[in-house]
Amino acid sequence: MPNFIMSYLGSTVTPGEAGNQFWALIYVLIIFAAVSLAVVAMNWFERKALAHFQIRLGPMRVGPHGLLQPIADALKLALKEDIIPAEADQFVFWIAPVIGLLAAFTVYTVIPFGPSQAVSDMNIGVLFMLGVSSLGVLGIVVAGWASNSHYPLIGALRSSAQMVSYEVAMGLAVVSAVLMTSMKTGTGTLSMIGIVESQQQQGIWFIFKFFPLGLIAFVNFVIAMIAETNRAPFDMAEAESELTAGYHTEYSGLRWSLFMLAEYAAMIAVSSIAVTLWLGGWLRPFPNLLNAPAWDFIFSLFPGLTFGALAAVAVIGVMRMPVHPYFRVQRIGLAVFAALLGFIALFLLVIALAGRSSDATVAARFRDGIDYVYWFVLKVALFMYLFIWCRATWPRYRFDQLMRVGWKVLLPITLVVLILTAIVGVIVS
Amino acid sequence: MPQNYVPIFLFVAVVGILIPLTLLLARIIRTQSPNRVKLMPYECGIDPYDNARGRYTVRFYIIAILFVIFDVETVFLFPWAVKFKALGVFGLIEMLVFLGILIVGYVWVWKKGALEWV
Repeated sequence: MPNFIMSYLGSTVTPGEAGNQFWALIYVLIIFAAVSLAVVAMNWFERKALAHFQIRLGPMRVGPHGLLQPIADALKLALKEDIIPAEADQFVFWIAPVIGLLAAFTVYTVIPFGPSQAVSDMNIGVLFMLGVSSLGVLGIVVAGWASNSHYPLIGALRSSAQMVSYEVAMGLAVVSAVLMTSMKTGTGTLSMIGIVESQQQQGIWFIFKFFPLGLIAFVNFVIAMIAETNRAPFDMAEAESELTAGYHTEYSGLRWSLFMLAEYAAMIAVSSIAVTLWLGGWLRPFPNLLNAPAWDFIFSLFPGLTFGALAAVAVIGVMRMPVHPYFRVQRIGLAVFAALLGFIALFLLVIALAGRSSDATVAARFRDGIDYVYWFVLKVALFMYLFIWCRATWPRYRFDQLMRVGWKVLLPITLVVLILTAIVGVIVS
Repeated sequence: MPQNYVPIFLFVAVVGILIPLTLLLARIIRTQSPNRVKLMPYECGIDPYDNARGRYTVRFYIIAILFVIFDVETVFLFPWAVKFKALGVFGLIEMLVFLGILIVGYVWVWKKGALEWV
């Protein structure tokens, strides 16, 4: 393997800190590809999960259990005619989805997948995250205005009002998490990596800190983030029974799919932020309590075992498929998918074993890196499920109720939690 | 420290190049046959009767102003949160005074009915 790849794998700092822009570019491309892939997977999973909530099967035809449905959809969208209304502002109409995507993706610069597995570790990471994620509203407003049509304009106005209202509560909840970082060492930090490290030093996830203050702040943040990403039950901006499709009514084809991509990328981004601030980021469960090397080894087997379990589920699916000529292609497809998952599982298990047997720093660090990313992604995946769960469970809010919850419930509660956290912090010291 | 900020531009460049490139490439494969009815704004099948960029409720404006006030307040809280331990009780009381002034304003806004959405 080339020398520079080994040096990247064994590094203890982020590419931004090392000042190596080529390496940073590799990280950026990996994150871009991975998030896009995650959005595709999420699309399939959301349709499947929603269907099963409603006792339906969901997509079953394109590929085994509809696994190729998102790809078929993407092809369909790319082939569809792209209509720009005659009275629309052409340039602004064109640029709106790009702005939305830029805002959604640039947040990933500071998200720490591990102590050195981030593009960059800024000392103002939290402020950067809040600022950039709130730029997402710009894409929506611009899209609604450029369409020059009634539904998109109303959708954009509603969406902007909703996003700015919940951002206040979101920001205050984040402040109370930042406050907790200064409890032990004396100086707090706004760096995303620093926040996770201070959770490690204090030996507690911030969700359990000063119980129940951390928990309340966390719940407020989760409610605000669902509203911030325009997801059900707060999806007033695209309430189809009132506004057809909200701000992207006039968009079609690939341009429309860019809005979907931006929405899902933003969902993953805010979930990552919640995981970083309150759920200990890349830390595995009980990192301080179960810190013997044996425990390290057991926990490092988890990624491989997870993929092994997924492969087993796929194998069961192959065996349960009806034996009929019509299902032959689907059976073969699912078997190939199961084999792929099995290979990934094997690969991860081999890495876990190799990282243990050798003291070679590169192998051990690579194993650690996989562990960090695994725990981080697992926590984010739980949030993704939460999003779908909320969508399946609750009916949509009315707009005045939405505003009341944002300004009269969330804002006072987060303020009180913030003040109480500060008072308790002073008393404890 | 400044080298930490360069990757932001990398990210912006990657997304800003790849996405417009995809849109341009898709232009080659997709169909294109616009006509007058297709290019009309969508309004549930009826002809649009006026320009969409008309007047809308002033509530949105009020919400925007309130947002600016409270978000700036949040930004002021960040430095205090970082230096919380060093500032101690003095910092806490200072911040309580600051928040107290804002809470008075918040209560006034609430009583005034600016948070109602009628």
